[in-house]
Amino acid sequence: MALSIWQSMQQKGYSRRDFLQFCAAAATVAGLGPNGLGQVASAFEKKEKPAVIWMHFQECTCCSESFLRASHPIVLDVLLDVLSLNYSETLMAASGFQAEKSLNDTIKNNKGKYIVLVEGAVPTGADGVYCMIGGKTAESILQTVAKDAAAIVAWGSCASNGCVQAAKPNPTGATPIYKLVDKPVINVPGCPPIADVMMSVVTHLLVLGQVPALDNQNRPKEFYGRRVHDTCYRRPNYDAGLFVEAFDDENARKGYCLYKMGCKGPVTYNACSVVKWNEGTSYPIQSGHGCIGCSEAGFWDNGPFYQHLPSFPGFGIESTADTVGSLVGIATVAGVAAHAVVTNVRKRKVIAEVHAEDQPEV
Amino acid sequence: MSSPEIGLGIGRGRRTPLDHQQPVEYRRVYVWELPVRIYHWINAVALVLLCATGYLIGAPTSPLYAAEAYQQYWFGWVRFLHFTAAFVYVFNFMARIYWGFVGNKYSHWTAFFPLKPAQRQEIVDVIKADVLETKLHGPISTGHNSLAGLIYFFTFLAFVFQTITGFALYSSMSSSWLPRMFVWIVPLMGGEFSVRFWHHLFLWFFVTFVVVHVYLAFYHDYIEGRGTVSSIIGGWKFEREKREK
Repeated sequence: MALSIWQSMQQKGYSRRDFLQFCAAAATVAGLGPNGLGQVASAFEKKEKPAVIWMHFQECTCCSESFLRASHPIVLDVLLDVLSLNYSETLMAASGFQAEKSLNDTIKNNKGKYIVLVEGAVPTGADGVYCMIGGKTAESILQTVAKDAAAIVAWGSCASNGCVQAAKPNPTGATPIYKLVDKPVINVPGCPPIADVMMSVVTHLLVLGQVPALDNQNRPKEFYGRRVHDTCYRRPNYDAGLFVEAFDDENARKGYCLYKMGCKGPVTYNACSVVKWNEGTSYPIQSGHGCIGCSEAGFWDNGPFYQHLPSFPGFGIESTADTVGSLVGIATVAGVAAHAVVTNVRKRKVIAEVHAEDQPEV
Repeated sequence: MSSPEIGLGIGRGRRTPLDHQQPVEYRRVYVWELPVRIYHWINAVALVLLCATGYLIGAPTSPLYAAEAYQQYWFGWVRFLHFTAAFVYVFNFMARIYWGFVGNKYSHWTAFFPLKPAQRQEIVDVIKADVLETKLHGPISTGHNSLAGLIYFFTFLAFVFQTITGFALYSSMSSSWLPRMFVWIVPLMGGEFSVRFWHHLFLWFFVTFVVVHVYLAFYHDYIEGRGTVSSIIGGWKFEREKREK
C-alpha cells in the first residue's frame, strides 16, 4: 500500500505547518484560488503517492534542468520527494537491468494509475534506430508506457511539436508525442518550458487527478492562453510606436519594444512575461533580447530570430516578403510603362480612328 | 453605302473596321449601378488604407518626437485603422456578393466566370489585342471583359484569403464572434508565424493589382474613348450606336 503524501512527509520529519505551507504553495501553483488550500490538503492527506515515469527521448534534458529550478523550493523538494519517480534516466540511481525492472514493475503494479512525463521527440525514421534505449526503439518504449498511463504530459517543444530535431529537413523523422499515441497528451511546449508551469501541470494532475483546462492545441490554457506580447511590460512602447532599431542604440537603453529586432512575442503563446524565469527574476525581453518563440511549433523554420519577417524561401537569408514584393511591384510598374509605350506605337491607328470620330458640329 | 456590319464595333464580337468619315452616334449605357460604384470606392479606400497600414505594421517607422510611451499612441492608431478598415472591407465585399445576384448583367456573378464559350473566346481575343497587342482591334465589352472578370474572380479569392488569415491573426486579440470563427486557421497553417507571413505576402498582390487595375482603366479610356474612367464615378459608358437600318 503506497503512502499518501502527508504520511510520507511525516515519515521524513516535516511538521503539519510545513505540510500546510506546501499545500498552499501547491494550490497557488495549480491556480486553484483561495479555496484551493482545503482541497489540496485533503487530497494530499488521503491520496496515494502517484507513480511517475519520466521518459527521455530525443532531447537535451533542458526540460529536466528547468524543472529542477522551480521557484518554490518547498514545492519542488516535497514533490520530488513525494512523487514516486520510479523511472527517470537522468535522476534515477538504478541502471541497466535494475532500471528496466523498475520501469516494468511500475507499469505492472500501477496499471491505469501512473503518470507519464515525456521529454523529447520520438524519431520514426529508419525504423526508429536514431534513439534506442536498452535495445528498444523510443517508439516501442513509448507505446508500452503510454498504453496503461493515466495521463501523458509532453514536456517541452521536442515532445509537443518536434522542436529542433523536427526542423527541416528532419533527418530522423522526429515526431511529437501526440501524433504517436492514441490518448490525449498535455502539451507543455517551450525550450524549455517554464519551471513553474511544469510544476503547476504536475500539481494539477496530482492534486485534482485531472488534466488542467487545455486549449485547442492541448496546452494548459492558464499558461498558453495569452501571447507573450499581450502581457509584456514593454507593450506600451509598441502601441506608441517606440522601437529599438539596433541592439546598441539609445532606444535599446530606454527599453523600447523589440518588435523590429525580430521579437516573436506577438506570435508566441506563453507565460514568460507573467511568470518569468529563475524565481521570477527576468525573461528574455526584460533582459533586452527579443522572444525567439521557442514554445511555438516550427520556430526553427520560421526565419532568422532577429528579423521581424521570415526569410522568403529560395532568395537567400536576407530577403523577406517585402524585398520580393518590392521587386514584383517595381517589375509591374515597369511592365505597365512598357505596355503604355508599346500601345502608343502599335495602336497608332486605333487611336487615330478614335480621334477621327471627333468631328465639328455640322 | 456601307455594309450593315460597318459601325458594329461593339459588343462581344470581333470589331470590324469603322467608317470614321461619317458622324458617329453614341448611346449612353448605365453600366455601374450606384451600389456597385459605392462598393468600388469603399473598397478602394479600404484597400489603400489596409495596404498602407499593413505595410507599416510589418515595418513601422519611428515617430518624429516623443521619448516616452505615454506621450502618444501612433502605432496603436495604425493598427486600429487596419482592423477597422478590415471590417469595413469584409462587410462591403459581402454586400457586393449579394449584389452579384440581384444587380444588372454587368455586375452579375456570371460576369466573373468564363462559363460560356463566347467568354472564353473573348479572353483569348483580349490577350491578343490588349496584352500582347498583336492584333489591332479587340473586343470591346461594355462591362468587364471576360479576362478582367476572371482576374477579378482571382482577386476575390485573394480577398477571401486575406480575410481568413487576417481574422485568424486578429482572433488572438479579440473575443468578437467574427474573428473567433477563424481561430482554427492558425494551427492549420502551422502557427502564427506562417499565417502572418502569408498575410504579409499577399499585401504585394494587392499593390500589384492596384497598379495594373488603374493603368488598364486609363488604357481602355485612352484607346476606346468611351468614358471607362468616368464610368465608375457616374456609372455611364458609351456604346457606338448601330447605324439606321
